[in-house]
Amino acid sequence: MNAPLIGQSVKRKEDQRFLIGSARFTDDITLQGQAHAHFLRSPHAHARIRSIDIERARSAPGVVAVYTGDDLAKAKVGGLPCGWLITGVDGKPMKEPPYPALAQGKVRYVGDRVAVVIAETLNQAKDAAELIEVDYEILPAVVKAADARKSGAPAVHDIAPDNTCYVWGLGDKAAVDTAFKSAHHVTTLEFINNRLIPNAIEPRAAVASYSRGDDAYTLYVTTQNPHVERLLMTAFVLGLPEHKVRVIAPDVGGGFGSKIYLYGEEVVLTWASRQVNRPVKWTAERIESFQSDAHGRDHVTKAELALDKNGKFLAMRVTTTANMGAYLSTFSTCIPTILYATLLAGQYTTPAIYCEVTAVFTHTAPVDALRGAGRPEATYVVERMVDTAARELGIDRVEIRRRNFIKTFPYQTPVALCYDTGDYEATLTDALKLADVAGFEARRKEAEKRGKLRGLGYSTYIEACGIAPSNVAGALGARAGLYEAGEVRVHPTGSVTVFTGSHQHGQGHETTFAQVVADRLGMPIENVDIVHGDTGRILFGMGTYGSRSIAVGGTAIMKALDKVIAKGKKIAAHLLEASESDIEYDRGTFTVAGTDKKKSIAEVAFAAYVPHNYPLDKLEPGLNESAFYDPTNFTFPAGSHICEVEIDPATGATRVVNFTAVDDFGKVINPMIVEGQVHGGVAHGIGQALLEGCVYDPQSGQLLTGTYMDYTMPRADDLPSFKVGMRETPCTHNPLGVKGCGEAGAIAAPAAVMNAVIDALAPMGIRDIEMPATAERVWRAIQSAKAKK
Amino acid sequence: MRAFDYHRPKSVKEAISILRKVENARPLAGGQSLIPSLKLRLSGPPALVDLGAIEEMRGIKVDGGALTVGALATHAEVAASKDVVHGIPALARLADGIGDRQVRNQGTIGGSLAHNDPAADYPAAVLGLGATVHTNKRAIAADKFFTGTFATALKPGEIITSVTFPLPKRAAYVKFRQPASRFALVGVFVSEGGGAVRVAVTGAGGCVFRQKAMEKRLAENFTPDAVARVKVAPDELNTDIHASAEYRAHLVGVAAQRAVETALAGK
Repeated sequence: MNAPLIGQSVKRKEDQRFLIGSARFTDDITLQGQAHAHFLRSPHAHARIRSIDIERARSAPGVVAVYTGDDLAKAKVGGLPCGWLITGVDGKPMKEPPYPALAQGKVRYVGDRVAVVIAETLNQAKDAAELIEVDYEILPAVVKAADARKSGAPAVHDIAPDNTCYVWGLGDKAAVDTAFKSAHHVTTLEFINNRLIPNAIEPRAAVASYSRGDDAYTLYVTTQNPHVERLLMTAFVLGLPEHKVRVIAPDVGGGFGSKIYLYGEEVVLTWASRQVNRPVKWTAERIESFQSDAHGRDHVTKAELALDKNGKFLAMRVTTTANMGAYLSTFSTCIPTILYATLLAGQYTTPAIYCEVTAVFTHTAPVDALRGAGRPEATYVVERMVDTAARELGIDRVEIRRRNFIKTFPYQTPVALCYDTGDYEATLTDALKLADVAGFEARRKEAEKRGKLRGLGYSTYIEACGIAPSNVAGALGARAGLYEAGEVRVHPTGSVTVFTGSHQHGQGHETTFAQVVADRLGMPIENVDIVHGDTGRILFGMGTYGSRSIAVGGTAIMKALDKVIAKGKKIAAHLLEASESDIEYDRGTFTVAGTDKKKSIAEVAFAAYVPHNYPLDKLEPGLNESAFYDPTNFTFPAGSHICEVEIDPATGATRVVNFTAVDDFGKVINPMIVEGQVHGGVAHGIGQALLEGCVYDPQSGQLLTGTYMDYTMPRADDLPSFKVGMRETPCTHNPLGVKGCGEAGAIAAPAAVMNAVIDALAPMGIRDIEMPATAERVWRAIQSAKAKK
Repeated sequence: MRAFDYHRPKSVKEAISILRKVENARPLAGGQSLIPSLKLRLSGPPALVDLGAIEEMRGIKVDGGALTVGALATHAEVAASKDVVHGIPALARLADGIGDRQVRNQGTIGGSLAHNDPAADYPAAVLGLGATVHTNKRAIAADKFFTGTFATALKPGEIITSVTFPLPKRAAYVKFRQPASRFALVGVFVSEGGGAVRVAVTGAGGCVFRQKAMEKRLAENFTPDAVARVKVAPDELNTDIHASAEYRAHLVGVAAQRAVETALAGK
């Protein structure tokens, strides 16, 4: 038996291939006879396509084919489906406009796909694309969520003349109104949650091929969920049977949500591979990523918090307008609703909450889930409100949180969720210590001597991960299941291959999942390999998003392991000539209770595959088990993040000088990997607060932050060294006690940073600064505060 | 990238003859601006004339109270050169702050000046030190060299061969970076030497320019306070998504004060 592996910082198994350069990304795939695709994209935010002349392009050197939206329409290629139906407060379904893979009749954002050129080389495809003549009638555009419903705003789709996709509500509006009437104090703030561009390091890419011999397709694609990609593409778009389409997601370099969705490019490539009877490859250039990857966030919100004189939260009212962009991306509609409004209780006992969300169409790229997806927006609202209310009532910001924390579990919130477990006091206490909050005043004074303003901000956040269960989600409009599948194949000599429907694109599943399996089977981790990302090898899967992989995918593997062990007990009982009920199992060894008679898992596996001495009359040979797992509830990671900033009042330049995160992710399998996930998430969150922001020209709809020259990604020298701590309150409804950790940093950090910025500036009377808090925004806030005095 | 012919001449003379022969041919130095623009298909010249093999355009030396930097000197070479570090430490530091390590190892002073990006660092040093730009044809004073946004006094068939900087008594460069590109949002180069004070501003306007009101004040009294009293007008400064003209005008003042402080500290 080997030492326990759960809880150990095992080095990542997958890093070998990344470090020696033998990883295989989609762009590394080169198939025999492969041609290259280039997409001609709209230079306008909104225009009618009067005509497209492709004749010159078609006869250009090396060109294999040129297709437009008309060709897809003639071939009856369907539009891209939306995976979640939201029903509005009026009881009517949301407006669901067509989302063609190539534009038909109109273009609706800069970067909208207009035509595809397939040629022998990429350069030939690009040369030919320059010869396509599109006659555009340029139309006025609307880009800001706040402008979409104004009278006279140009309509993005005919079926939604007021640009409204839905108006949706959650919570008890009457109870909230009543609570506000008797409140001692009401804190009100208006926020913009800035639009972000996901920026995975590997751009989207696809290689599609068609085999005439067996009338089957293979699609290599940068996706976080290959089975969902196949399901959507076969059932909804191309009308193909699933057994004729294999989707492979090889190594994928980051997703952050942007690679969950079915995009037009992979649909066009799959369809075209049959038309031209050749494999076709496309890899996005960085500008295409900026223009056409689904963006994230983009909310305008008004929030009100009612309190009693002791600072107890009585009720919260939140009104949000969410920008959907020009079309409904796969899961766009559930992000500002199901994954947002449900989180507005935060860690607090606020008894009444009402949230109303208006989703609008604009002439911008589609908006969908981005790391955190709804939960960062909710946390930002709640935590900014809490800090503001504390300041307005003169209550310490830690104290007001303690007065309102949920302390008994399970806890049913007024916004649908039921938290199974948590210990918010514990993570806060740890964070206060780790951040040395007691020493802050001294640090602030020292900074003041250097002419700097120092501020401290809190964010005591909660998130809901492993979205579930399928039947509840279905009742709320989900058009897919939310389970996961896993398969454990114990080989005859005792090594193991695990097949999972989860997909890793940076998270380290090949190590974490192997730790779980090797620990349970009492093996060295080297004996376990994880296979993922291939519909041809893995039974099924819903993929990786929403920090669900260990909680849902890991549990499916645990369920398969249970079946392996149950069968192993039967085999061991036979081999040991004992009754099955007398067999005990512990990490790789089957023992007859109370004796020293035992068999190892390897011996049992060998007997299963070489069944000479085997109960063939009662038991099938082999040791290969699979399981599907549909969770009974979400998991609820939570924690306390504390940020310290320093501001140069002469320029407004703001730096994060300390950042502390104490998170409760339940049981932690690999602390090193989890810490890495926290670091990445916090960097993402600091990026949103201080640096990142997608800007479209408000008149023309041109993307002004279309390259790294203008879109500010956080870099190492923008960040301090993080202090990370963990608490383990095990999840009560999965066998590992795990909750998920991939998004926490991005969810918690923006509020912590902005609360710190406001703390530094509050003595001047500043209440709010819009994210990203650029140097100029901070400087302007200081100037206008000075002017008021 | 569109197709183009590629030439790699070994002398300035040979380079010039190709540039004169092939209409719209472009000289290529470090390529840190030109290559991206080719890759984005923003430009597509019929030919590139790679200057990289021309030895006479290399080298850095101090001679008779002046520093001469060959047009092909990379930013990393300027930053590391003992002659620059001793002669004009502010110039070495400026070179060390351009772009990132890859850009500094590839980009050249000649390429940067010929491109004259309105947010580039080198134009501030050349104008702020009153340097002379040497070409295959003539010597051009800094004050006459930078003529507008991405525009210089260079004529077709004319390339920069070297730049000569007078050694100042003291100088400093302070910049605030545009957070995404990390080009200068505002950069101010201040120098005192040969009885004159120069203040050159990059990043703030359409082209590098001298802040003459500050020069006048500093000539009387070379202190941060002298600069602080100059009101910088936002008229004609840039407004974009990264900073308004008003904020840039404010930063010109802050950068100038800090540059004077640094120059006085002799750091």
